[in-house]
Amino acid sequence: MPREVRDVVFVDGVRTPFGKAGGMYANTRADDLVIRCIRELLRRNPQLPPERVEEVAIAATTQIGDQGLTIGRTAALLAGLPKTVPGFAIDRMCAGAMTAVTTVAGGIAMGAYDIAIAGGVEHMGRHPMGEGVDPNPRIVAEQLVDPSALVMGATAENLHDRVPQVTKQRADAFALASQQKTAKAYANGKLQGDLVPMAIRDADGGWGLAAVDEAPRDTSLEKLATLKTPFRPHGKVTAGNAAGLNDGATASLLAAEDTARELGLPVAMRLVSYGFVGVEPEVMGVGPIPSTEKALRIAGLSIGDIGLFELNEAFAVQVLAFLDHFGIADDDPRVNQWGGAIAIGHPLASSGVRLMTQLARQFAEHPEVRYGLTAMCIGIGMGGTVVWENPHWTGSAAQAAQEGNK
Amino acid sequence: MSALAAPNEVVTRALLRQVNVPGLDRPAALITLDNGFDHTKPNSFGPGGLTSLDEAITAALAADPAFVAVTGKPYVFCVGADLTSLPQLADRAQALEIGRLGHRVFARLKDSQVPTFAFVNGAAMGGGLELALHCHYRTLSGGASALALPEVSLGLVPGWGGTQLLPNLIGIPAATQVILQNPLMQNKMLKPKQAAELGIADVLLEPADFLERSLEWAAGVVRGEVTVTRPEVDKDMWAGVLYFARQTLDQRLHGAVPAAYRALDLLETAKDADFATGTAAEDEALADLVFSEELRSGLYAFDLVQRRAKRPAGAPDKGLARPVTKVGIVGAGLMASQLALLFARRLQVPVVMTDLDQGRVDKGVAYVHTQIEKAVSKGRMDKGTAARLYGLVGGSPKAEAFAASTPGQLTSFADCDFVIEAVFEDLNVKKQVWAELEKIVSPEAVLATNTSSLSVSAMAEELAHPERVVGFHFFNPVAVLPLLEIVRGERTDDATLATAFAVGKQLKKSSVLVSDAPAFVVNRLLTRFLGTVFAAVDAGTPLDVANAALDPLGLPMRPLALLQLVGPAVAYHVGGTLHAAFPDRFGVSENLKRIAESGQPIVVDDQINDEVAKLLVVGDQPLTAEQVRQNALDALAQEIWLMLDEGVVAEAQDIDLCMILGAGWPFHLGGVTPYLDRTGTSERVTGQRFLPPGAASLPA
Repeated sequence: MPREVRDVVFVDGVRTPFGKAGGMYANTRADDLVIRCIRELLRRNPQLPPERVEEVAIAATTQIGDQGLTIGRTAALLAGLPKTVPGFAIDRMCAGAMTAVTTVAGGIAMGAYDIAIAGGVEHMGRHPMGEGVDPNPRIVAEQLVDPSALVMGATAENLHDRVPQVTKQRADAFALASQQKTAKAYANGKLQGDLVPMAIRDADGGWGLAAVDEAPRDTSLEKLATLKTPFRPHGKVTAGNAAGLNDGATASLLAAEDTARELGLPVAMRLVSYGFVGVEPEVMGVGPIPSTEKALRIAGLSIGDIGLFELNEAFAVQVLAFLDHFGIADDDPRVNQWGGAIAIGHPLASSGVRLMTQLARQFAEHPEVRYGLTAMCIGIGMGGTVVWENPHWTGSAAQAAQEGNK
Repeated sequence: MSALAAPNEVVTRALLRQVNVPGLDRPAALITLDNGFDHTKPNSFGPGGLTSLDEAITAALAADPAFVAVTGKPYVFCVGADLTSLPQLADRAQALEIGRLGHRVFARLKDSQVPTFAFVNGAAMGGGLELALHCHYRTLSGGASALALPEVSLGLVPGWGGTQLLPNLIGIPAATQVILQNPLMQNKMLKPKQAAELGIADVLLEPADFLERSLEWAAGVVRGEVTVTRPEVDKDMWAGVLYFARQTLDQRLHGAVPAAYRALDLLETAKDADFATGTAAEDEALADLVFSEELRSGLYAFDLVQRRAKRPAGAPDKGLARPVTKVGIVGAGLMASQLALLFARRLQVPVVMTDLDQGRVDKGVAYVHTQIEKAVSKGRMDKGTAARLYGLVGGSPKAEAFAASTPGQLTSFADCDFVIEAVFEDLNVKKQVWAELEKIVSPEAVLATNTSSLSVSAMAEELAHPERVVGFHFFNPVAVLPLLEIVRGERTDDATLATAFAVGKQLKKSSVLVSDAPAFVVNRLLTRFLGTVFAAVDAGTPLDVANAALDPLGLPMRPLALLQLVGPAVAYHVGGTLHAAFPDRFGVSENLKRIAESGQPIVVDDQINDEVAKLLVVGDQPLTAEQVRQNALDALAQEIWLMLDEGVVAEAQDIDLCMILGAGWPFHLGGVTPYLDRTGTSERVTGQRFLPPGAASLPA
């Protein structure tokens, strides 16, 4: 049966403000966070009949309790989508939401459905990393993986060993810049558009509203230098140059481009290619390097074609290793314009869509940029990269066609 | 204030939080009402709670917020005044003060220069709803379980602004419905959609993100982006609507419920009076009613229904109950068919009916199926449940049903563990049924009888296992009346009784344990009561005088209407049983027999049927209405005293519960014993009160 691969577009994405584990969402259920995002997506796009949503993929790393029970399906039901809309749960640790997007994009491209919701949630306060895990004893017995591979901070220290040119000073400076860029982005109203205010409640204060991220902080190189290195004595990785432990959720709307046009849905980004690659688990932070090479190769692009980068900042060292590899300066303005996970936070399985919503807004501001990418490192040694095309790009159609044929 | 402090108040605190709402340049003040418990103990207002709210409003306004909003804890906004504290108020002055305190605090939300909002996220009743009515705007969650101003049902009025604000918000017809008609109609409550349609809320929002959307909506109102339009209240119809309401009240209650009339007066005041005058009138009404016997009886009755009905006195340990996995129903007439539907619906186990022939069985099963279809077409049952129920209810003629057949066969009684009979009221017929049935069911299967007057012990005496026979007496219509009299025969064992109570609970009935005395509780009292009325008629009292003699009590129906509902033939039969047992107190009325034998309705369109009336043969010693009433009340007092003496039920409270739930006797009488006490009837007839002063009445 002959068929055409269809173009897939990113229509819209939203997220809850990200909280600190044990912070503002301490009494908020994880599923409620992602349900709120799904409802907001539908509300922001009233031209989309809810029954046209044909798949809901929601990621969570720890699929237990309020992040369990096939969360894609239960969240769809609880969000008020018709019962005919199916859903599923997905997990690729930090790249859960990214994988939700690429998975439903694959489904759309091959014609299985036209419109899907993809997102993720991680309530690290309710579900600390490693909750309920049961690693196979063969990992140790057969020395398959270095035991440090299961402790993300330890893998970041390991990565520092491999890239000694990334010093603690560089990592701290990058972290400070992330905080400063986020503060500036907030001041300029860049981030607020993605946020879905979330009702919160506690016993002494009653109801409240979470309207901004809880994690960003005012800091300095001096303060950062004093922080402990919990993963190694005299190590380099601190709470200041790594993403924190956070609670939050994201959701996005993906569609076949022709369906989006038919329904009058906005086209924020066009999917070009994606790649996931495995690396040594004990230095999982290098993952985005080979995954980006793979995605670029599939797209027929080179790193020089990328005008905007949204890189997840699990650890400053893994972003810097990426930048060094591709010969990009630490303060290159194309990279994480509005800061990153070090400031905003990284609720594991939700973060992939945050990168995309921010890239989408930057695309709208930068019609001179044709391509951008979102990339992230992933636990147990993986990297993931998605390359996107800017539909607002103002280059000539002929040039586009020529470049597309290269 | 300190004079009002209620030591046992569960204080609902008003928690204040500054909230930054996107799109507003300064924070809003969000007040959460929360008593610190989950939804099973809802928010309410006593003096402490009102003071907390007062302080929260002060603190909120001090910060010059963009707006002030009040919301509740999960599932509950606020269900009104803390009723437990009302009887503790020392005097009328204190009652006046609690009314004024509520008015003063709530008025701050009405008079605020800053826009005020109620985000009604859950159940809102009484003072809770009145608080919301004081706010400038209201959002309402589609998930709120109920909204109501139920005060009149207890013997109060909405005394914190409800009678003044509601009619001027939603108009006098709807306000009369909410404040008067609904409370007097089994305390009907509004669903959120109805409340929004009436105009009680400005916007109805879905529960999933109710608070977020409410804050956003409020911000829109403050910024002028959301315009709230409310229909203009029609003042011309005010007097007409209230005139009609007063007439309806008179017809139903004959002045028996002072709260209803006070509410009516306050609604009248609301038309033209300024708010201060209206609320002052509310204060006075509230203070009067708090010190009325009707309210004290109402609170007592409310407590019986809320608490005692859920923990039946004398019920054995729940752990003794045996599982019920299949139910047999002997008989396929109307009563039996109603029982089949109820058991299938609530127990969700196979229910098999039987009768003498296939035709009757088919008719019974068809009745159940028709009721299921009706429920589905009216949207009261989903298709999945209906499909399940169709499969659960079956039947077969007795020859087949009582054959010792293979267990597992749906139409067999052999594997039923609970069988109830609703056959003809004849002891020998019923004994015959049990004798045949005992040959095929297990020795532990419960045999329940729905008899209304026969002896449960006598029915069981010849069985090999009489300990598994129990009385299970429903009231017609089965789906409506909540009472179930569970009758312990002489030899009924605890496991059987526990199973009966467990089944009663699953059926969502309120069970009361009664002993195996003739006609149990409700029928015995109603028969005694009607007996005095008919004795008066026999003596020559005009039918209409006797019929209206009890009007001042405000009973749900007059004696002849009650007779018609029960059926004159049934009443005559029960009367015969009681006459046989207690010939000196239960007479046989030849006139009742004539009415029964006429086969004609005694009441047509609320009027006495002259065709039947002229059949009566009467004496020449008419009684006045006053005398008829006195005789009826005296007879009730005497009979209740004897029943308590015989141990028919554990306490007078159980008598009252039975009369409220099985006969629909009103809260303002407290069932009946508080009324007999407060009118002095019990002391005069029996030498003692049924309940100590203060328990269901004003303190001595």
